[in-house]
Amino acid sequence: MNAPALKEWPLWEVFVRSKQGLEHKHCGSLHASDARHALQMARDVYTRRQEGVSIWVVPSASITASEPDSKDAFFDPAADKVYRHPTFYEIPDKVGHM
Amino acid sequence: MYTQSFNVPDGTAPGPQAVPTAADPALQTHFDTVIDADGKIEPRDWMPEAYRKTLVRQISQHAHSEIVGMLPEGNWISRAPSLKRKAILLAKVQDEGGHGLYLYSAAETLGTSRDQMFDALHSGKAKYSSIFNYPTLTWADVGVIGWLVDGAAIMNQIPLCRCSYGPYARAMIRVCKEESFHQRQGYESLLTMMQGTAEQKAMVQDAVNRWWWKCLAMFGPPDDNSPNSVQGMRWGIKRISNDALRQKFVDATVPQAEVLGVTLPDPELKWNEAKGQHDFGAIDWDEFWQVVNGNGPCNKERLATRVKAWDDGAWVREAALAHARKQEQRTMKEAA
Repeated sequence: MNAPALKEWPLWEVFVRSKQGLEHKHCGSLHASDARHALQMARDVYTRRQEGVSIWVVPSASITASEPDSKDAFFDPAADKVYRHPTFYEIPDKVGHM
Repeated sequence: MYTQSFNVPDGTAPGPQAVPTAADPALQTHFDTVIDADGKIEPRDWMPEAYRKTLVRQISQHAHSEIVGMLPEGNWISRAPSLKRKAILLAKVQDEGGHGLYLYSAAETLGTSRDQMFDALHSGKAKYSSIFNYPTLTWADVGVIGWLVDGAAIMNQIPLCRCSYGPYARAMIRVCKEESFHQRQGYESLLTMMQGTAEQKAMVQDAVNRWWWKCLAMFGPPDDNSPNSVQGMRWGIKRISNDALRQKFVDATVPQAEVLGVTLPDPELKWNEAKGQHDFGAIDWDEFWQVVNGNGPCNKERLATRVKAWDDGAWVREAALAHARKQEQRTMKEAA
């Protein structure tokens, strides 16, 4: 055996679709030995009361996240672009709803 | 469902409190601003070391309490009086296991590992709610645990849904949603027993007598003797003081006891018109601390049962990993 035996099962992030037509939403994490096992565990841990119709599990280590420290710089470019919102434009009342 | 409201230091000989180290003042200021604005702290945000440590301790103690909390009731699954009650109890105990898992996951976002937390529990270093170190002597205890122990836990846990640490707050929202069933099933089971024989009624009263004071102690030491509470409040981890929650619990429970037809074992318990709340007798804090420090009637038994379950499951954990590795190798071979 080349890899050292892991003491604990790897960590997985769980996403649940609560009903058809809605997006999968992150609901927590769990430890499981492999993907199939993680799905089964996710069903037992996060959908004991029919909270879901579909589950995704993703190895936590596979997630790349933005840095909270550079939050301002990272999201700044959108801050001064008010013209991207419909309320930026004045339309005469007589035009009605647009 | 069973919060350890007091968040006591782990181990039996608490050392001096860690002094928060001076961090980057800008980071500290930002953190304080978020807390003051009632905002949320998320796992990868900067936080003071003491805040992190306090949360790891509180959330892991809370998780341990859920896991150990399965044991007193689990004892009754095979002895439940009907298939209906057995199914209900199984579902409840499974919920407690689930709550433990939500909470361990929340604690892990703070940089502690599941193995570290399990080691702390299994070595006896970590604390869990002292209420589980009492025995469940009769079937009525199962009902009373649902009604009173879960009832007290709900009081404690609802404010935690607004905790400043995001993952803990979200886990608590999930827990609280499921908790109401626990209390209601217990109360309903007791209502049924109270319509039964004189022996059954006596059994309910006896269970109430044995659990009442322990439930009041679950809210933790009185406010004037709870130095951690102040800091917890400042950090938005704790929202309502121990004494205020305890009072809320007493006021909510008295009318429920009347409907049920039992008396609460406190001769000093009475309505105080001027204060608009109930007065009640003194809690035996010496006993509470005895049990917290390992000398309750069931401390050793609970820990031994938990450790045995963990040890007995070792081969399953290893086999699952071996299977996963084998599958992975097979996939790689097929791809090659």
